[in-house]
Amino acid sequence: MAALLEVSNLHAAYGLTRVLHGISFAMQEGTITTLLGANGAGKTTTLRALCQMVKTEGEVRFAGARIDRRATEDIVRLGIAHVPDGRGTFVNLTTEENLRLGAYARKGRAGVDDDLERMYDYFPRLKERRAQQAGTLSGGEQQMLAVSRALMLRPTLMLLDEPSFGLAPLIVKELFGILRTVNAKEKVSMLVVEQNAAMALELADHAYLIETGRVVLSGTADDIRRNDNVRRSYLGY
Amino acid sequence: MEALLHQVLAGLATGGIYASLALALVMIYQATHLVNFAQGELAMFATYFAWTLINAGVPYWPAFFATVAFAFVLGVVIERVVIRPVENAPVLAVVVVFIALLVILNSVAGWIYSYTIKTFPSPFPTGGVFGTKLLSPHELGAIGVTLVVLVLLYLFFRFTPLGLAMRAAAQNPDSARLVGIRVGWMLALGWGLAAAIGAVAGMMVAPIVFLDPNMMGGILLYAFAAALVGGVDNPWGAVLGGFMVGVLENVLGAFVIGNELKLAVALTLIIGVLVVKPSGFFGKVFVTRV
Repeated sequence: MAALLEVSNLHAAYGLTRVLHGISFAMQEGTITTLLGANGAGKTTTLRALCQMVKTEGEVRFAGARIDRRATEDIVRLGIAHVPDGRGTFVNLTTEENLRLGAYARKGRAGVDDDLERMYDYFPRLKERRAQQAGTLSGGEQQMLAVSRALMLRPTLMLLDEPSFGLAPLIVKELFGILRTVNAKEKVSMLVVEQNAAMALELADHAYLIETGRVVLSGTADDIRRNDNVRRSYLGY
Repeated sequence: MEALLHQVLAGLATGGIYASLALALVMIYQATHLVNFAQGELAMFATYFAWTLINAGVPYWPAFFATVAFAFVLGVVIERVVIRPVENAPVLAVVVVFIALLVILNSVAGWIYSYTIKTFPSPFPTGGVFGTKLLSPHELGAIGVTLVVLVLLYLFFRFTPLGLAMRAAAQNPDSARLVGIRVGWMLALGWGLAAAIGAVAGMMVAPIVFLDPNMMGGILLYAFAAALVGGVDNPWGAVLGGFMVGVLENVLGAFVIGNELKLAVALTLIIGVLVVKPSGFFGKVFVTRV
């Protein structure tokens, strides 16, 4: 089976500061893959590089076609939804307007209202807050909003940047449960970047360990979990 | 008493025009955090376009809508050709571009149409309205046109996907790109809309101040004052500010300081607001932690 996403020898830099040094990895359609690594390893930059939000060199293929020379907004139209670092909430718009924007790049408006209801089923809290300015939502609610906004695209691939960041453990559990459901039921592939390695490995099928802008280890989530170095450095037992 | 009422109502009429132009300024400001000094000249240029059409025998309203369309295209083209290349340039560079646009548009208009003052027709009948002399038909019409423009804009931004996308792009360009919005085009569209609103303001004010290349200079100052009074990041504030400045200017001019010093009202307001309450009456106060 051909890979859904194939990254080879990808470099990225912010101005003169080089962050990615030829990172390579691949993920299969329908799977959840996670990128693990410490602060500053280049996880967020990798996701940003996939969407061309930073200057890159190297090759990125999505469903076989190269996307590394396309504009961010065109990459989104291919069905790649990004839940960014910091959630990217439109704080002055209402919750519902935020969600509707998620469907902006979809062809046609059909099914948008149904999808809106589906998101409210996943996250009833958002329904209560639908007419409220999104900036007034709590951190957890904003993360739910960011995930549902991405789902409104009906994406093939979802890029999630630290979905557990700043959330209470119970909410993380709820959120990851929904991600698992979405992956299984709606066949959305996911690339998840996480600091919370234990949670991420529980969610993912496959994992890559990144250190200073390179992949240093890869394998199934189970293999990675059992690796002694990973256990000591990232899982802490 | 009747004289005061007359001045207040006339103030509302010109205030509507200031409100429109202030709204155009705020639209660009919200998206770019820059004040477009050429906004008035764009309106003036569009008004000349209307004058040309009307002089060529085109009836008023078709000429009106053709002018609005022309201004929209002009705004979009200027954004794409002139503003886009300096998108990431320092603020001062962009301000210089705005001033250059102001001077160029002004000179080109003078070159094509000469600097002699021309009359510009009003689409509204002459004579009193409702049997009163309190408000001329043109003033009443101008208020009506302004309100229609404001309502249309509100509906557009509030209820259409494109309006929503434009708001999103102005607010958070990075996130907007991530939902697939072409942010660059939204900016161009914003310029087009602002220019179109300005064109309406120009055509409404031209019968009052007469048509010449410098006609928008003073009006832009009032619009600045209106935008600042209302809070330069708040469209509703700008509109309200426009009406307030219009009334204040007219009443003070008629009863207190005389017509010659009217423009000083705008300047005093600008300086006063900047000194006392820089965020305006309805603007957001930004606090930055350093």
